[in-house]
Amino acid sequence: MGALLATTACGGPFPQSTLHPAGDLGFEIDRLFRLIVWLAAGVFVIVEGLLIYVAIKYRARPGQPPPPRVHGHTLLEIGWTLAPAVILIIVAVPTIQTILRTDGPAPAGALEVSVIGHQWWWEYRYAESGVVTANELHLPVGRPVVLSMTSADVIHSFWAPRLGGKRDVIQGRTNRLRFTPDSVGVFLGQCAEFCGESHANMGLRVVVEDSASFAAWLVEQQRPPAPPDSLSAAAREGLEAFRRIRDPASNTCIICHAVQGVSGGLMGPNLTHVGSRSRIAGDMLPNTAEGLAQWLRDPLAVKPGSKMPNPGLTEPEIAALVAYLQSLR
Amino acid sequence: MWKWITTTDHKRIGILYGVTAFVFFLIGGLEALFIRLQLAKPENALVSAETFNQLFTMHGTTMVFLAIMPMSAAFFNYIIPLQIGARDVAFPRLNAFSYWVFLLGGLFLNASFLFGAAPDGGWFGYLNLTSRQYSPGINIDFWVLGLQVLGIASLAAGFNFIVTIVNMRAPGMRMMRLPVFTWMTLVTQIIVVTAFPVITVGLVFLMFDRFFGTTFYSVAAGGDLLLWQHLFWLFGHPEVYILILPAMGIVSEVLPTFSRKPLFGYAVVVYSGALIGFMGWGVWAHHMFASGLGPIADSVFGATTMMIAIPTGVKIFNWLATMWGGQIRFTAAMLFAMGFIAMFVIGGLSGVMHSSPPADLQQTDTYFVVAHIHYVLFGGAIQGLFAGIYYWFPKMTGRLLNEKLGKVHFWVMLVGMNLAFFPMHFIGLLGMPRRIYTYRAELGVADMNLVSTIGAHIIAVSLLFFIYNVWRSWRKGEVAGNDPWGGATLEWTIPSPPPEYNFTVIPEVLSRLPRWSVTQMKAIPDVPPEPIHMPGGSYWPVVAAVGIIGMASGAVAHTLWIVLASGALLVFSIFRWAFEPFEV
Repeated sequence: MGALLATTACGGPFPQSTLHPAGDLGFEIDRLFRLIVWLAAGVFVIVEGLLIYVAIKYRARPGQPPPPRVHGHTLLEIGWTLAPAVILIIVAVPTIQTILRTDGPAPAGALEVSVIGHQWWWEYRYAESGVVTANELHLPVGRPVVLSMTSADVIHSFWAPRLGGKRDVIQGRTNRLRFTPDSVGVFLGQCAEFCGESHANMGLRVVVEDSASFAAWLVEQQRPPAPPDSLSAAAREGLEAFRRIRDPASNTCIICHAVQGVSGGLMGPNLTHVGSRSRIAGDMLPNTAEGLAQWLRDPLAVKPGSKMPNPGLTEPEIAALVAYLQSLR
Repeated sequence: MWKWITTTDHKRIGILYGVTAFVFFLIGGLEALFIRLQLAKPENALVSAETFNQLFTMHGTTMVFLAIMPMSAAFFNYIIPLQIGARDVAFPRLNAFSYWVFLLGGLFLNASFLFGAAPDGGWFGYLNLTSRQYSPGINIDFWVLGLQVLGIASLAAGFNFIVTIVNMRAPGMRMMRLPVFTWMTLVTQIIVVTAFPVITVGLVFLMFDRFFGTTFYSVAAGGDLLLWQHLFWLFGHPEVYILILPAMGIVSEVLPTFSRKPLFGYAVVVYSGALIGFMGWGVWAHHMFASGLGPIADSVFGATTMMIAIPTGVKIFNWLATMWGGQIRFTAAMLFAMGFIAMFVIGGLSGVMHSSPPADLQQTDTYFVVAHIHYVLFGGAIQGLFAGIYYWFPKMTGRLLNEKLGKVHFWVMLVGMNLAFFPMHFIGLLGMPRRIYTYRAELGVADMNLVSTIGAHIIAVSLLFFIYNVWRSWRKGEVAGNDPWGGATLEWTIPSPPPEYNFTVIPEVLSRLPRWSVTQMKAIPDVPPEPIHMPGGSYWPVVAAVGIIGMASGAVAHTLWIVLASGALLVFSIFRWAFEPFEV
């Protein structure tokens, strides 16, 4: 176990490893966990060692006299009641210290982001800037962040393992998760509470960047989309397809999706800047022409149970919509 | 056949429980194999998301309610009356009723597969995923009704065994002379009759929400979704001790017999078992550390959870001390009992890791916790139950299981379970959540998942050795005699299998280890000195059970007349049962 802990401690091939923290909460938990692992390893060796020793030493041999009838030994028993108690106190004290350090009120100047869980994607709303985005959470490095989390439907759990532990996302409640990312990079995560058919397909990623890049990203996200007359012909066609009222009405894009200045749907991800994201569909597909087309062709084939129905688009419509969505940068 | 259906003999009912539970164990195991095959490689498409969600829900539900609990009940039934020197349980017809309700409830739950609508909300069925809004199908209806039915069986059996153990003890069998298995059964049943009402309340709320539109779990109507979690785990954590304490009792019988030494610190083992049962009520919120209970609740429940490790540790050291200085015979039963200690320790230590709320924030809802429950319930409960099977099979059938096959079974299963479950610790720590039907190759956990899948299949192979062993030994095994192992307790004083009346005369108990004591108990005659009056069979318990399951079936079908007709049948059968001239 120690060997594996050591090899994974340098990160690398395990993008969701809890053993390679990249934020203060992750580090606090990791330190506590390692303490408990070493204590547990000690107990493990003692108990299994005793078991093997006893099995070898006291195996029955022919012709032995019957063993003495020992019924107990009060002092010994008091001893092995106290020993675990001492070990547990060694665990309990840093545990409670860690809880109080990590689960307290947010420090002043923390970045506040609302996280809303949906079947099966994540919505993020930045309190200060009013930016709304989906699945890819952008954070500045080194600044404390508080995620205020709730759910639009069933219970989910927000978990980006390298940044810290998970927290359930529950309708009617607001749960908080507080941490400070301390290195730049992309950190993967996914929903950890079983939330229905496509629970496995509810990925997320956290993009931690230096404060200049983060500020630039915020500016980009606050810009309105390009006006229709500046769009390419294909993208303009896509915009029309996006606006088209379809039969049944639930196949209509604008009923569920918002694009600033175009539509105000709330059921699905806000698409105003969808072109700036690297993945779509709860981190399932790359945000490329092929990925978008695959999704539009049949969302249910990509994400079983998806709340976005198969809109029954023609291939030219799909190509136009892809062009339009890619223009929304 | 008719004799088995109408039987009220605790021994026959015990065998029925055992065989039925084992069949459900195989069904649950088959579900596990499909789960493991699906996860053998990343982005596998062997089963659909929908099927996978049904498989893991039914695997958990089956193993907890239809395999481990009734397998323990098989031993309660068969062994408890023999260990306390009784002719039967206190309420023989109620006992038959428990079995039939359990059997029909289990069939009812599994019948959902025939409709392609097996429960799919996970074995702890969190709201509001399981509300009508988010689970409109009949899947969750099967689950809600099935668990209520099984609860009836457990409650009836619980009261029955409490009364049996307290009231039916032979003269001289004082409480502190009870065999430890009987003691742990008593503790278990007290937990059953106190914990099952809690989940019943939760399930009735859910049933009313789903069927009649009440709003117990509706956020829009001011409800709080954590209500279900509190109710479920207030039952669910004591349930863990319902599953493990009987196995601890079995181990406490097997280790002394095959070490030729009395249990070290009998009183401490009994008290720590009772303490575990009691403290099990104060730890439930450790299943909810990620749900945002706040720092105070997290600290308190973390601390109570750590405290429960103390009596558990005491038991383990007492078992080791029992073997210390003994003469250990490595029978299959003994190997399983020692395997229990070796594996349960791993599950206990990962449990201590979960008890620390910050650490648990990274572990809960991942494969780490899946590893933990399997070391506790498979390495612990299942191995303990196998120890019991190898130990008491000769008493139940009169024939010994083949020891060589038993040892092969043990070693193959030990290797299989560690390959299946140990890698799960790392799979979880490396970021794989539980209950996902697919995972991405880039997580880096594909190889370990494959190892785990191979391990699960090795477990399956080990069970083939066991099944063959039972099939052969039941007919052709070596004849056991009264006492093949040199056991200390009362069940070994009578023939194997015991006659219908168990004891020709009710024994007088002079010590805790009647067959090992210097002051020998009076010999039990081979032939009854006077005629023994035993109750005859009754079919009313079966009819009552059919009434209950009819009500559940009518509810799933949304057909009121079936519910009413079955309810009438239930009332009628209880009436006839009550006035039946039982003393035939």
